[in-house]
Amino acid sequence: MNDKIAELSATLANPLGLHARPSVKLTRLAKTFASEIEMRPAGEETWIDAKSIVKVMAVKATKGVILQFRAKGSDADEALAALKALVLRGFAEDPGLSEQTEPLNG
Amino acid sequence: MDERQIVGKPASAGYAAGPVALLSQTAGAPRTGGDRDIEMGALDSAVAAAIDDLSPLAAKAEGDGADIIAFQIAMLEDRALVQPAYADIEAGLSADEAWRRALDRQISDYESSADDYFRARATDLTDIRGRVLAALTGVKADAPLPAGAILVGEDLTPSRFLSTDWSRGGGIVLTRGSASSHVATLARARGVPMIVGAPLDLGKLASGTQALLDGENATLWLNPAPSTVHSLTGREGATAAVRIEEDERRLLPAATADGTAIGVYANISDLGEIASFDIGGFHGVGLVRTEFLFGRGSRLPSEDEQYVAYRGLAEWARGKPVTIRTLDAGADKPIPGLTLAQETNPFLGLRGVRLSLARPDVFRVQLRALCRAAVHGAIEIMLPMVSVPGEVEQARRYLREEAQALSALGVAYREPSLGIMVEVPAAAIAIERFDADFFSIGSNDLTQYVMAAARDDSAVGSLNDPMDPAVLRLIAQVAAHAKATNRKASLCGDAAAEPTYIESLLRAGLRVLSIAPAALGRVKEAIARVDLSRSAT
Repeated sequence: MNDKIAELSATLANPLGLHARPSVKLTRLAKTFASEIEMRPAGEETWIDAKSIVKVMAVKATKGVILQFRAKGSDADEALAALKALVLRGFAEDPGLSEQTEPLNG
Repeated sequence: MDERQIVGKPASAGYAAGPVALLSQTAGAPRTGGDRDIEMGALDSAVAAAIDDLSPLAAKAEGDGADIIAFQIAMLEDRALVQPAYADIEAGLSADEAWRRALDRQISDYESSADDYFRARATDLTDIRGRVLAALTGVKADAPLPAGAILVGEDLTPSRFLSTDWSRGGGIVLTRGSASSHVATLARARGVPMIVGAPLDLGKLASGTQALLDGENATLWLNPAPSTVHSLTGREGATAAVRIEEDERRLLPAATADGTAIGVYANISDLGEIASFDIGGFHGVGLVRTEFLFGRGSRLPSEDEQYVAYRGLAEWARGKPVTIRTLDAGADKPIPGLTLAQETNPFLGLRGVRLSLARPDVFRVQLRALCRAAVHGAIEIMLPMVSVPGEVEQARRYLREEAQALSALGVAYREPSLGIMVEVPAAAIAIERFDADFFSIGSNDLTQYVMAAARDDSAVGSLNDPMDPAVLRLIAQVAAHAKATNRKASLCGDAAAEPTYIESLLRAGLRVLSIAPAALGRVKEAIARVDLSRSAT
């Protein structure tokens, strides 16, 4: 096995935090990788499955929370790089855009 | 079977005859459980069926609606949602009971969140719970209630009322409920007989029992004797005659005995209503509730869907003014994915224009659709639940921006005039502070807020009186201000359609009433009896 273990963190910047739409995007992206991927908000003990929307939503991470990711598997590095990029661009569809659909004063 | 007579409280007049349909039973019978493999299999297929139900919606939905459905599907596809239920089935519970427990835990977890956004997701989980439960108990989640039946239950939601086909008659009997609830307003607008507070033991009543309903006298007969049927059918004939007489009055000019012209406008709660009457007898439409466009299915309506609906109304009105109220969600009109699920006091919470201003993404879509539709008729926009002038100013800014955006895109538009509902005492008391193009008094909410007596609580029903001098004084003040500043003031609550109230409303200075379409004849008749040249008797 050429399993690798990788770990990194990213700060949630979008206004509503890790809400429904970002959680759908995050879990969908995680599922495209073969590696086991886990996440947790910095400061929490328990890691949760980043491919489970039930668990990801249950974190109820709000804006400003630092998310830690770890992955184990052949594509662990790629998985973490992709997830970090998604968080850093505010869950926008395309790299380079920030999420535009949040309520303006919400 | 012996005839039984039950007397409740009247909520909407009219007669209905037909089989009883128990509202609780439409939710499906509970499963008995027993075999673990069968229950596990049943749960799996029910979850799969719920996903199948949602998938076509996801394909059609746009924007926020699409996100809500994608989220619900993703939750249903996640094994982590079902696993706790498997454990309970393993322990001997039936599939529906196990699923209910698993989801109830999730829902209360979201409800306890300190964050408004996550708290509101409880509504999505409730939706998911209902869909799977419906599949488990063999009922389609959106199954319409049977047409022509007399619906009997504890209470009825406005969305259930709107999804029911009333074209073949039918009626409503509730053991709880209130004559001033939102659903009672809808029933009166549609002419559906309804009684509330009926002392019935629902556990001892079977669906299919033959019944007669007299809404005016708040009486329900179960297994009616032939003589009762005969006497009531005779009376139905009598009301039909009265209705025709009213119909003849529909087209008369609305004027008092002394010749003062009164504007009579229609309230519309659903596009389906416009097929049933002609705008001819009305000066226009004083209130279009737009909630019917929202909260159907699990997504919000797109700009184009709204545009088509508003344009249809404008064209149907043949150039007469059509006042469209922006979304008045919240309190007794929740909309999944939009309103907050767990407000401690929803009637004093995020509702009406407050919600629209908190969700400009949703509000702007509605304003844009209204600007586009306004090209096709005399559309006016009305804001519900305005409390401070800043709300009108902010809404007007959004309206201007959307109009400018349409202009920049080269899309045909017209910026409609912008008026307000006067239903919060703060607005009625300091009405001169509001820069609105017109005023419409929402007497139902104004009364409940001024009297601090809920519309839907029969225990304080006598306090909820729109004819209380305190309420009438505010109405008179708004009417006087509108007259002095040459603006239109109307009243669009249920009080406008109550013949015994009309003289007091006209004496308070109102010259425009907006009413449920079915009330036109009796309202014009009541107006004609008033003589404003004489002092009140």
